[in-house]
Amino acid sequence: MAGLGTLGNRLYSGEVSYNIVGRRKLWYSVSAVLLILSIATLGIRGLNLGIEFKGGAEFSVPVATATDASIVQARTAVTSTGNTVSSVTIVGGSTVRVQTAALTSEESNKVSAELAKSFGVSESEVKVQLVGPTWGSEVSKNAARALVVFLVLVALFLAMYFEWPMAIAGLVALGHDVLITVGIYALSGFEVTPASVIGFLTILGYSLYDTVVVFDKVKENTKGITSGSRMTYSEAANLALNQTLVRSINTSTVALLPVLSILVVGVSLLGAGTLNDLALALFVGMLVGTYSSIFVATPILAQIKERQPENIALAKRVTAKRKNSPDAVDNLGAVLVGAPIVHAAGPRQQRVKKPRARRSGK
Amino acid sequence: MAKHYRPGRSLVTIALILVGLTIWAFIPGKDHAPKLGLDLRGGTQVILSPKTGDGTAITPEQLTQTVSIIRQRVDGFGVAEAQVTVQGSGSSAKIIVTIPGQTSRTIVDQLKTTAQLNFRPVVAVDYGSPKPTDSPTPTASTSASSAPSGTPSASPAVSASAPPSPTPKPSPSVSVDPALLAPPIQATDLSGNFPDLFAALDCAKSKIADGGVVDDPKKYLISCEKNGSYKYVLAPADLVGTDIQSATAGLPPQGGAGWQVELKMTTEGAKKFATSTQTLSAAKAPQNQFAIVLDGVVVSAPAVNEPILGGSAVITGSFTVDEAKALAQVLKYGALPIGLDVDEVQQISPTLGADQLRAGLIAGGFGLLLVILYLLLYYRALGIVAVFSLMVAAANTYLMFIILGRGIGFTLTLAGIAGAIVAIGITSDSFIIYFERIRDEIREGKRLRTSVDTGWTRARRTILAADFVSILAATVLYFLSVGSVRGFAFTLGLTTLVDVLVAFLFTRAVVTRIANSNWMNSGSAMTGVSPERLGVAKASEVTQ
Repeated sequence: MAGLGTLGNRLYSGEVSYNIVGRRKLWYSVSAVLLILSIATLGIRGLNLGIEFKGGAEFSVPVATATDASIVQARTAVTSTGNTVSSVTIVGGSTVRVQTAALTSEESNKVSAELAKSFGVSESEVKVQLVGPTWGSEVSKNAARALVVFLVLVALFLAMYFEWPMAIAGLVALGHDVLITVGIYALSGFEVTPASVIGFLTILGYSLYDTVVVFDKVKENTKGITSGSRMTYSEAANLALNQTLVRSINTSTVALLPVLSILVVGVSLLGAGTLNDLALALFVGMLVGTYSSIFVATPILAQIKERQPENIALAKRVTAKRKNSPDAVDNLGAVLVGAPIVHAAGPRQQRVKKPRARRSGK
Repeated sequence: MAKHYRPGRSLVTIALILVGLTIWAFIPGKDHAPKLGLDLRGGTQVILSPKTGDGTAITPEQLTQTVSIIRQRVDGFGVAEAQVTVQGSGSSAKIIVTIPGQTSRTIVDQLKTTAQLNFRPVVAVDYGSPKPTDSPTPTASTSASSAPSGTPSASPAVSASAPPSPTPKPSPSVSVDPALLAPPIQATDLSGNFPDLFAALDCAKSKIADGGVVDDPKKYLISCEKNGSYKYVLAPADLVGTDIQSATAGLPPQGGAGWQVELKMTTEGAKKFATSTQTLSAAKAPQNQFAIVLDGVVVSAPAVNEPILGGSAVITGSFTVDEAKALAQVLKYGALPIGLDVDEVQQISPTLGADQLRAGLIAGGFGLLLVILYLLLYYRALGIVAVFSLMVAAANTYLMFIILGRGIGFTLTLAGIAGAIVAIGITSDSFIIYFERIRDEIREGKRLRTSVDTGWTRARRTILAADFVSILAATVLYFLSVGSVRGFAFTLGLTTLVDVLVAFLFTRAVVTRIANSNWMNSGSAMTGVSPERLGVAKASEVTQ
């Protein structure tokens, strides 16, 4: 912990600086590979949709200990009612879960009675879920609609609170997160249930939440930057990233700990279910979200901003100034070279002056 | 920033809020625990989507009527906390029925059957419950007369469909198997034990008046009036709900006492009604009455004074506005032109529900513990403030769950618990943003007291912006989704609001307060704000 604390100090002062913005090509490549993989897997394998999306019936029978024999037993029981089993799985070691095609409620009553009889449990202990064939498509339709509305609103908010380049960068990072998370689902074959969809939708909020915090610092660091010639927009953005790095790590840890706890407790106590489906989506999404707010959102933002005339001019002035007086290249120059650069010097008092002067103007 | 920030005032405010919520949540005689959703207590949840037969859009009136009929059926199950709610509107409307505790397999069939409205000639009438007084001669509360447009004609023929009454006597001594009195009490003819059943029936004790029973219109039926005042033996239905074209409540054009209901039949219905009323008007009371039976319950039983041939009738009586409107609604939509598609059925045993609740609570507790440990290790004294802030937020949220459970029927589901657990992270992040800002200020060489103030000014913006995005996500999810997604979105939104409240009123105030203490300024590593550990030379602090 103390290590992270000390790193925080050095990151803040600029003593240690990771060149994140400058290495955007590397991050873009990493993301591009992940995105292509995600899209390819989605196209080839598709998602393993739960019965909520396909329609069908699901029966969960509590048993003392579920073994492979239970699977056969369940299959036999269901087949004896004249219905076809689509899958039997053991969940959490103590539940046998049977899925079938869509059943009428009469058929489902027969199946659940037969299962209860076969496993010697009372019929009310059998959890039954019947899903009509249109339900899943409606859930997806609702989710898609929620997604579009949310994106529009959030883009407006970001554009108003920050500026358009930040809105674009934020949304790109968001799309990146959702695509990769869904891709990981396709790749791993985790079942997608309405709870996972909740998870995906939450990632939207979380990913942006994380990005907003970073952008807020970028906004602060780049305020009035074009009137000077000390550092380029990319450098200022990179400094902001470094300064909020400890916060990002802490926030992600604190957000992931409860999610991890849901996963662990959920798996050990319940087996699959709402809690796990949700937590899994969140866990994957939050990891990707933290990554993107640091390595995708800000580099894209810097790239867009660097194309604006005032920032091109700024970059020229900064380069000219550094050429004329090499001494002026302080630690910020290190940003251009590579990372991490650790300076032997202590805290830099000259770094302090600028932000304070800016703040007094507020 | 406030000119003179007074931490004391904020602390008093948050304390008052907490005390207020506690008193509100623990009002004697009310529920003192959050309402649990079905997945946590077991039961049946059915999501139905109403569909018109011809694919036309569902009117809000049809929806309301469908819901009220379903509610009547659900009430028939006798489960106190059963809920019927509508989410969405128009063609995307969903009716969500939640019946806690019940996992009977027949529930779904009973719910999705469309309501049945039957017009049955009355064979016999009696008081709903045994009366000590003499044999009753009840008069129906309403009477039908031909509409002005109707062409009255006197043809006193008694059709074979209304056989002689069994003239039952109110003799409570008759003993029959109570199982035979379970609704619907039906038979193909009036022989056998039918008279005995009628005599033995006590509407006050029977479940008939709860409704929700699907009766066979081709058979005889014994039923009760909705308020249980009268019981009837009813002949097979002459007309069914689909024979009615429209029904409206109105005031009599010539004036007169009370409201009335005007009825218009379809062409087919008019023919049937003509035949029926010809028979009825010729019969003696009570056999000149027809009963309007909805889902097995007698809604009204007007007497027919004359045959009604034109297909329009008026039901008069001393109706109040509401009674007339309610009757018109029943007549108009009694036999719903609406079919119900079953979208999803979930039946969860109470044991599994309890397991899920336990797992949810353990996961939440464990997650909270991990977060607390992390905050304490990293932020030391400030971490303690964060932990207390989390406690205050948790207390607030829990109390809100109780209050909202009572107030707007908010139920805590597994997805909701997951939302709350996720919120631990988002709530803690507000503190992290604030603490990191304070530390940034200290790194710039400021003193703790100043850092706490300037740090807040800067953190506040970030916290608000970030929480706004979170609330935006929760709101959009809440309004554009159905079922468990909503529960999750609601909890997430609520906890984010609580987070803002706690960060503004509690965390900031406490941090400001302790920033004045000598110990916090001592530079001890345990404070979490030691300038030395934050990379500022001790000397620089002294000189400032």
